[in-house]
Amino acid sequence: MSSTLDLGWWGVVLAIIAGAIRVSTPYLLVSLGETLTEKSGRVNLGLEGTLVLGAMSGFATSYLTGSPWLGLLAAGVSGAAMGLLHALICNLPRVNDIAVGIALFIFGIGLAFYLGKPFIEPRAPMLPAFPLGSWSHHPAIRSAFDVSPLFFIGIALALALEWGMKNTRWGLILRMAGDSADAARAIGRSVERIRTYATMAGGFLSGVGGGFLSLFYPGNWNEGLSSGQGLMAVALVIFARWSPVRCFYASLLFGGASAIGPAVQTVGITEGYYLFYAAPYALTLALLIYSSSPTQALSGAPNELSILR
Amino acid sequence: MPTDSLESLLLSLAALAVAAILFGGFVALQGHDPLAVYQTLYLGSFGTRFSIENTLTQAAPLLLTALCTLIPARVGLLVIGGEGAVVLGGLGAVLAGVALASAPASIGTILTVSAGALAGGFWIAAAAALKHMRGVNETISTLLMNYIAIALMNHLISGPIRDFSQTLKAQSWSIPNPFMVGNIPGWSVHWGLVIGLTFCVLLHLVLRHTTLGFSFDILGGNRRAAQMAGLPIGRLMLLACFLGGAAAGIAGAVEIVAVHGAASESLVVGLGYTGILVAFLARQNALAVLLVALLLGGISASGGLLQRRFDMPHAVTTVLQGLIFICVLASNALAGRWRRSSG
Repeated sequence: MSSTLDLGWWGVVLAIIAGAIRVSTPYLLVSLGETLTEKSGRVNLGLEGTLVLGAMSGFATSYLTGSPWLGLLAAGVSGAAMGLLHALICNLPRVNDIAVGIALFIFGIGLAFYLGKPFIEPRAPMLPAFPLGSWSHHPAIRSAFDVSPLFFIGIALALALEWGMKNTRWGLILRMAGDSADAARAIGRSVERIRTYATMAGGFLSGVGGGFLSLFYPGNWNEGLSSGQGLMAVALVIFARWSPVRCFYASLLFGGASAIGPAVQTVGITEGYYLFYAAPYALTLALLIYSSSPTQALSGAPNELSILR
Repeated sequence: MPTDSLESLLLSLAALAVAAILFGGFVALQGHDPLAVYQTLYLGSFGTRFSIENTLTQAAPLLLTALCTLIPARVGLLVIGGEGAVVLGGLGAVLAGVALASAPASIGTILTVSAGALAGGFWIAAAAALKHMRGVNETISTLLMNYIAIALMNHLISGPIRDFSQTLKAQSWSIPNPFMVGNIPGWSVHWGLVIGLTFCVLLHLVLRHTTLGFSFDILGGNRRAAQMAGLPIGRLMLLACFLGGAAAGIAGAVEIVAVHGAASESLVVGLGYTGILVAFLARQNALAVLLVALLLGGISASGGLLQRRFDMPHAVTTVLQGLIFICVLASNALAGRWRRSSG
């Protein structure tokens, strides 16, 4: 880390930017998935379990087949399976979607830790990166700007979803299921089916987000891999008020905020180091307090959403 | 009411049976004999005196952390902040214990535990205040506050209240030795069990037989009706969350005065999250918590034995807990069937 020390305070700025790019990617993918799910009128609080299970299955598949891309696919598929499970249980009458989310959170983590035990030691092939820092001779800068293709896929997806939810037929149907289940039923759409697809898509993206963790950064599999990114994403969606593009900005902000702690440590500031870990959580809470109102729902919020009633 | 309770009981038992079958299938897929696994599960949880004591020890904090979800649920709030309240309770207990070092032993212990209750209570009550005043969703805020509480503890035990004579791991100053409570005489189970039992029974009586419990139920059942009846909605929500947080805070404080003596990472072992599971499995009934906590405590207690006998990862107990949770929630879909057909 001597190279970072050479850069002094610029090293801190660099680390926060690099952190914002790297750490934001799983936030972005999971929050885009949760936006889709919540726009259909359901909350999946179990995305932390989905993310961890995705990370494990992605890593295991990459290790067993030698292909990290196949691993990423497996991560997504396992995530979609968790989404399907959530949706099927929530389709039953009198079942609380938040509670089911917590149940799947516990189940997903248990399953991932159980099945993933043999994969803690070995190394698996990792996903490649775009070396955007190759213009520099400085190793710290070069490694900081090794950007995963998933980051760009995430941005493209955010733009596509933002446009698609406003301008396409399925976007309208999705929003209708979330805003008024009765209206959707009146025109002969099955609300349950729409929500099932939306939850599966959300699970797929969260699984891929987990795959990013185990196959790119930090790039290994162990039981402490996720630091609550899946849970945070739920808050992040509310923070971004259900807009995919705002999810992207919020993810960058959260990524940068979680990089502050490790970054200031490199310049020798250890005082209050752990408090910086709380930064993204405190930030979300502060913004929730600021943007909520006791009398009216948040703008952009789907009417059917249980967490807002 | 009795038919309702009977129905809940039958539904829960059916859900447990389904979860047991699914779990049996899961371990069979892993190449283990399900019957042998269940036998070990029984042996490790209730089979010997040692395992019963272990089960009771595991169940004790769950009795209290379950209340952190249960009491707010009675007024219609879904609080999942037990983990944070446990940590805050532990910190409060340590600070009070150290500050009151010159107090007589029994008073010191009581004040130490009370400080934990206050810390946990105010922590969760804050979420109710945010809900009432700003409309901030309590599920999300308590979730975030869990992480903030853990970061706060890590900050405090890494510097401001760190015991630097402990070099192996970061831990806080220790509370004075006389404040520590031992085990229940004749058992290797600490006093936390008695505190938890007392709380659950008291709470059941309060919720069932007092005006306060009745007001909670009106508010939880229909907010508009509570408003019409002129109930102080904000105050009831604050009180319910305070009581829930205080229970989890006591769980944290008991970990300090009965087990660890100081705050450290050992406070963050998922007691709060398992408490949510207990509350839902007990269908938000304080007496049912007693049984459910025993069941889940037993599952945790047998984890070590399962691990050694079958060379399974410790997460096997988490898989079983998750399956039980899923099946119990899904069984809600069947609630009311019998009532409707009979009346």
